[in-house]
Amino acid sequence: MATVVHTDGLTKDFTTGFWRPRPHRGLDGVSLEVSSGGVFGLLGPNGAGKSTTLKLLLNLLRPTSGRAEVLGLPPGDLRARRRLGYLPENPTFYDYLTAEELLRYFAGLCGFTGAECRARATRMLDLVGIEADRRRLMRQFSKGMVQRVGIAQALIHDPELVVLDEPMSGLDPVGRRDVRELILRLRNEGRTVLFSSHILSDAEVLCSRVGILAKGKLVAAGPLAELTASGSRGCEVVATGVPSAFVARLAHREVKVVEIADGRYAFELPADSAPEPFVAELAASGGTLVSVTPLRTTLEDVFLERVR
Amino acid sequence: MSARRIGLVAWHVFKESVRDRVLYGIGAFALLLVAGAIAVGQITAGQDVKIVKDLGLATIELAGMLMTIFVGVGLVSREIERKSIFALLAKPLPRWEFIVGKYCGLVLTVAVNVWVMALALWLVLAWMAWTSPENVRMSWEAPAVDPRLALVVLMITAEMAVLVAVALFLSTFSSSALVSVGLTVGILIAGLLSSDLRHFGDIVVVPQPVAGLVSTIGWILPAFSAFDLKGQVVHGFPVAPGFVLHTLLYAVLYAAALLGASIAIFERREFK
Repeated sequence: MATVVHTDGLTKDFTTGFWRPRPHRGLDGVSLEVSSGGVFGLLGPNGAGKSTTLKLLLNLLRPTSGRAEVLGLPPGDLRARRRLGYLPENPTFYDYLTAEELLRYFAGLCGFTGAECRARATRMLDLVGIEADRRRLMRQFSKGMVQRVGIAQALIHDPELVVLDEPMSGLDPVGRRDVRELILRLRNEGRTVLFSSHILSDAEVLCSRVGILAKGKLVAAGPLAELTASGSRGCEVVATGVPSAFVARLAHREVKVVEIADGRYAFELPADSAPEPFVAELAASGGTLVSVTPLRTTLEDVFLERVR
Repeated sequence: MSARRIGLVAWHVFKESVRDRVLYGIGAFALLLVAGAIAVGQITAGQDVKIVKDLGLATIELAGMLMTIFVGVGLVSREIERKSIFALLAKPLPRWEFIVGKYCGLVLTVAVNVWVMALALWLVLAWMAWTSPENVRMSWEAPAVDPRLALVVLMITAEMAVLVAVALFLSTFSSSALVSVGLTVGILIAGLLSSDLRHFGDIVVVPQPVAGLVSTIGWILPAFSAFDLKGQVVHGFPVAPGFVLHTLLYAVLYAAALLGASIAIFERREFK
């Protein structure tokens, strides 16, 4: 698979403070590779450097050191920009243009003319579900509708790389589901989607590969399956009719106990502890086993472990 | 370079600007002032046409300035402030084409408005000429529908083209629209006084270095006062041959230099 995004030691320093300017490292030596096809999630808490990374890839910011390549070209190269689409975080557009005018304008900037601009604008508005509002001024749009127009403009020229900065931001549950489906559709069409998010459930559903940023550093990167298959977190045993004496005996053991209801408990056993002796002990004390579930390492576990 | 892309940016600036409520407000204000000029003309016997011309042209110039400042400054700095520029700059649009397109779009907006207001003034003057008896018309210093009024409007348009370049230049490095408005107004006022600043040492008794510094600033600032032909045309005085051409050439060179500086700054600018 070809590499569509490559960064090598990408570092960005900002200056903060007006009276006494101080340098602040926004991104610290990030080396990242995104291969073509599939969905790559750039994850991290707020302020981790996700948007900074994307802006460096789009030449909206320039690196303090290190380098980046997008589609094999420097970020500012027009040939690269012809092949990528970008949705900024919390996008805003022109108050006094309609959604259709805006999309036709952006299609024109991408080199399309006349009927082709109109056709593309119509197709994209249909795709993001705001065809009925095409002639309304953008200033009358809700935040969710602006977000949909933002996605439409990012896709207006059929880019092979789609960069989405927090694409679910400002969307209601229906909108979020629609965007998730759209991202999966883009992936199925063979495009590469690079998106940033701090919503892990979205990333877990969508991404084939992820990179986790924390305080400007890339703390983990790779296929999602590999990151989450680093080991079992143990298992969860659910039982009813558990005597309180049994629960009291667990106080000095490495078992996490959660009371679900009266006499019904969930026991979380550590990875190095086999469930069979515990289940036998439980049965001997008079408890009734309901279920034993292995605990898989989730993206959230990986995320929390790396960003702390 | 793509003239088509520049044209697209300019056309959409024009389209957005003419729908902006600020423009309607300024237009209404201008109409009110023209109506006021007609009313004042009615109560000043024999001077009515001169007063309508004077006040009408001054109103057109003032409205053009307000449009440039309040619509023009927002062109880039408000785009940066609201971050609407991000999606645009991610498209295959070189930054310099963006700046030139924005400039052309705003000059087009202001020029169309200035000439529409001028047309309205001409209609008022034509009506006055049509309804006035011949002996009254003969007493006027210049004909009511004086073709030289077009020269005044052309000079106002050129003045606005320079002011747009100033507004755009300030917008490229200021991150606040309010700061850009303040700076543009400041340069406009200083530019209107540039002739006095150039001869500061002759007007005020100050040490030579101070006079030299103020004079230098006067030469650097745009000479907005040089575009003023209103008095000469309204009173029927001759305009020196070549003056209009030289002033237009000055406007073109000054605006081009500012555009070049704007592009140089904007090419290096980062967007957090």
